[in-house]
Amino acid sequence: MLKVVVVGNGMVGHHYVEQLVASEVEAQVTVIGGETRPAYDRVHLSEVFSGRSPEDLALTTRDRYIELGVEAHFGDFVASIDRENKTVTTESGKQYAYDKLVLATGSYPFVPPVKGNDLEPCLVYRTIDDLGMIQAQAKDRKVGVVVGGGLLGLECANAVKNLGLETHVVEFAPGLMGVQLDNGGSAMLRRKIEALGVQVHTSKATQVIEENSDGDTRLVMQFADGGSLETDMIVFSAGIRPYDQLARDCGLTVGERGGIEVDYHCKTSDSDIFAIGECALFGGRIFGLVAPGYRMAEAAVSQLGNDSVAFQGADMSTKLKLLGVDVGSIGDAHGKEEGSVAYTFSDERIDVYKRLIVSADGKKLLGAVLVGDCSDYDTLLQYFLNGIDLPADPQTLILPYNAGDAPALGAAALPATATICSCHNVSKGDIVAAMDGGACSLADVKSETAASTGCGGCAALLKNIVDDEMAARGLEVNKAMCEHFNFTRQEMFHLIKVGSIKTFEELLEKHGTGRGCEICKPTAGSILASLWNDYILEEKHVGLQDTNDNFLANMQKNGTYSVVPRIPGGEITPDKLIVLGQVAKKYSLYTKITGGQRVDLFGARVQHLPAIWEELIEAGFETGHAYGKALRTVKSCVGSTWCRYGVQDSVAMALYVENRYKGLRSPHKLKSAVSGCTRECAEAQSKDFGVIATENGWNLFVCGNGGMKPRHADLFATDLDDETLIKYIDRFLMFYVNTADRLQRTSVWMDNLEGGLDYLKQVVIEDSLGIAAELEEQMNNVVGTYQCEWKTTVEDPEKLKRFRQFVNSEAEDRDIIFVEERGQPRPATEEEREQILAKSA
Amino acid sequence: MSNTQQALEPQTITLCGLSDLIPNSGICAEVDGQQIALFYLPSETPQVYAIGNWDPIGKANVLARGIVGDIDGRLVVASPLYKQHFDLLTGECLEDDQVSVAAFSVTLVADQVLLSL
Repeated sequence: MLKVVVVGNGMVGHHYVEQLVASEVEAQVTVIGGETRPAYDRVHLSEVFSGRSPEDLALTTRDRYIELGVEAHFGDFVASIDRENKTVTTESGKQYAYDKLVLATGSYPFVPPVKGNDLEPCLVYRTIDDLGMIQAQAKDRKVGVVVGGGLLGLECANAVKNLGLETHVVEFAPGLMGVQLDNGGSAMLRRKIEALGVQVHTSKATQVIEENSDGDTRLVMQFADGGSLETDMIVFSAGIRPYDQLARDCGLTVGERGGIEVDYHCKTSDSDIFAIGECALFGGRIFGLVAPGYRMAEAAVSQLGNDSVAFQGADMSTKLKLLGVDVGSIGDAHGKEEGSVAYTFSDERIDVYKRLIVSADGKKLLGAVLVGDCSDYDTLLQYFLNGIDLPADPQTLILPYNAGDAPALGAAALPATATICSCHNVSKGDIVAAMDGGACSLADVKSETAASTGCGGCAALLKNIVDDEMAARGLEVNKAMCEHFNFTRQEMFHLIKVGSIKTFEELLEKHGTGRGCEICKPTAGSILASLWNDYILEEKHVGLQDTNDNFLANMQKNGTYSVVPRIPGGEITPDKLIVLGQVAKKYSLYTKITGGQRVDLFGARVQHLPAIWEELIEAGFETGHAYGKALRTVKSCVGSTWCRYGVQDSVAMALYVENRYKGLRSPHKLKSAVSGCTRECAEAQSKDFGVIATENGWNLFVCGNGGMKPRHADLFATDLDDETLIKYIDRFLMFYVNTADRLQRTSVWMDNLEGGLDYLKQVVIEDSLGIAAELEEQMNNVVGTYQCEWKTTVEDPEKLKRFRQFVNSEAEDRDIIFVEERGQPRPATEEEREQILAKSA
Repeated sequence: MSNTQQALEPQTITLCGLSDLIPNSGICAEVDGQQIALFYLPSETPQVYAIGNWDPIGKANVLARGIVGDIDGRLVVASPLYKQHFDLLTGECLEDDQVSVAAFSVTLVADQVLLSL
């Protein structure tokens, strides 16, 4: 079999391995990684200081490689390549033979040759280990300097700022991000960053770094202009250099300023050796972004197989958030092309800068710079990439416009080859193909093509295309819930709320047709409960509820029910545990511990339910709402009270959260958890809303779930105090209850919100819609009118009438038959039941 | 509320009283070991309906605990187990014409639910 050795396990090296394993090429793959850990997401490195753990950034694991049949070695650098014998040798002396060798060695941070750059603590910003050093050195210190005002430097400044240090950026050039921005854009970026408290020093050539013998800080930097700056730490993030030493040593052709030269197939001057990613030089350029690296990896894989993909360079346009500031750069940002003309718009009141570079004839977009507002980026990028003719007045593309006359680039205008999602290389053609294949909603298209699941920057454009394609196919999106209501759940919610509708009959009369069904009735019942919080078994609501809601228990396959008492936070006294056991014994119930830290009692006959509850209520239990589309459990770890590692009292918080939101009716079930430290034993990141303790408070995660399509929750806000945490959860939950579709869990709901997580943050944290107070009030109303449905039921003899098995006899349902297994009852199988019935007959 | 347009059949059994019924929902009665799901729809004519309680697809006695409504104008109950619809007048399953449950003739006379045998 073909022996392929991949040197380097960064993002691009890893992508190569994944692509190769997934291809038809039969190969024995060996990976040699210099870092001790397998590939991780380097783009989001600075998030480690805002709540993400290094494990969250992992792109793969050692186990995953074993599953794929890939031999992987980490923490060992390749020391030499023997091209004649086709072997590589590592620093530890291991030797590997190859048929094809792939160099994905990446790059290393450039450290300017300044005297004193080796003093402690002068660091670099490139790997997770680097972050660890930066964090260690920042402890109990005040000031941090980042050398480098480019893209990486500002990313690094964000990390240093997140550590709580007074942050300085020192740049040799006259402006920030000189590669991507023109002078005007650069100046605006500086204004905005300085307003955030980061001090910017440009045109500063550092001459020497010295230990600070007197003064509070550890180091002092002396600049060529005579100035100086005191600091506790210096992090160099002034650009990268290709890691090409291995290639040089074995005689491969490298560029004058570094980089291993490659052709369209990413082949080096030795046709058995490939180079991909930041170590490769193509057409005289290094491509220091991840997307072009992935394209190179794909081209190199295809060389071993059907040779269908070639690398033809890549667009280096980029859109990102640096220190919270939106920055976008497209094409020729500096207007270098001869005859090009520029349009500039600047608004210093709101700190927005936009510039267009247009061809001499005014027809094509050559480049653009956006600072402070990137909302036009997607549209401009499509004009640029696809060579679409500009409108007669190109300036309208960046001028502020009144609602309604926004110059929209119709999705129909884009060619099929237009790349919509550059993270996952999804073209408009791919999206259309997915829709031809049956995907018929934004969420379907996302899950089918992976479009907009990377950085999410293309979300708005993707939605336009999906909507446009739907319209083009003459497909009206059928939003009707069922034949009785031509509305979505959200619309029904508004109709009920605005019209103060209190019963299903009233709703049907005013807005529906027919008599209703098992789809619209429970939906309306849930909304009525969310809004008015009536007891759901009021006579007027009884007919609306699914059997589980109706009998306040979960129907099982044989028509019996399971009962789940609430055990908030999973905390339970021995006495209560004993009661659960006694009740289970008395009514012959099967007992099982649930994943949500509760006890489920199975096999209750409908006529026994009231008596079972009475005993449970007597012992202090309440309903656990396991039957409802409602808040289920708030799982917790034991927290700082007992655990050696806990930093907050997670049990107390879980109890508070569960008691606050218990009974809240929602579009789908809601689960939550609270962990007492970052070890995350409560698995809060798999919940609709999860809370993880930090030294300074709580981190809030939202929109995760387990089940059929597991999804990790997204980090929503960090280091919150108790009050703010609850405020955000109130708003988040009520916004979900107000706007989600029927049976739509929080993750899918968020995916369908245009703008996704960022939009949700704006609504909940920044109150961009001005509804936060209303959402909180709505929640307070629900919390204030909570009642235990079991208790209300057992106290009302009228309600208990429904729990008779037969209205005209005291008999039991003889078709319900149990057999014993492992010391507990279980429903008889069909065969067992027939045998038993035959015997008794 | 009473519905007396039908003459009293000679062979009838009283199942229960009106107050035992739950508006727009179902309950269950038993006659000679057979389970009958009874539905009370006050705004329809007739107001009471009876079909077998055994769900032949879910294989349990549960139809009385389903949600009632209409599909294409036919009054139905949806099984609480797997949501198939059964016609309240004929017992036919709307999703599978090979499947049906028994349908019974019931009337509401003087606040009593009577089953015709």
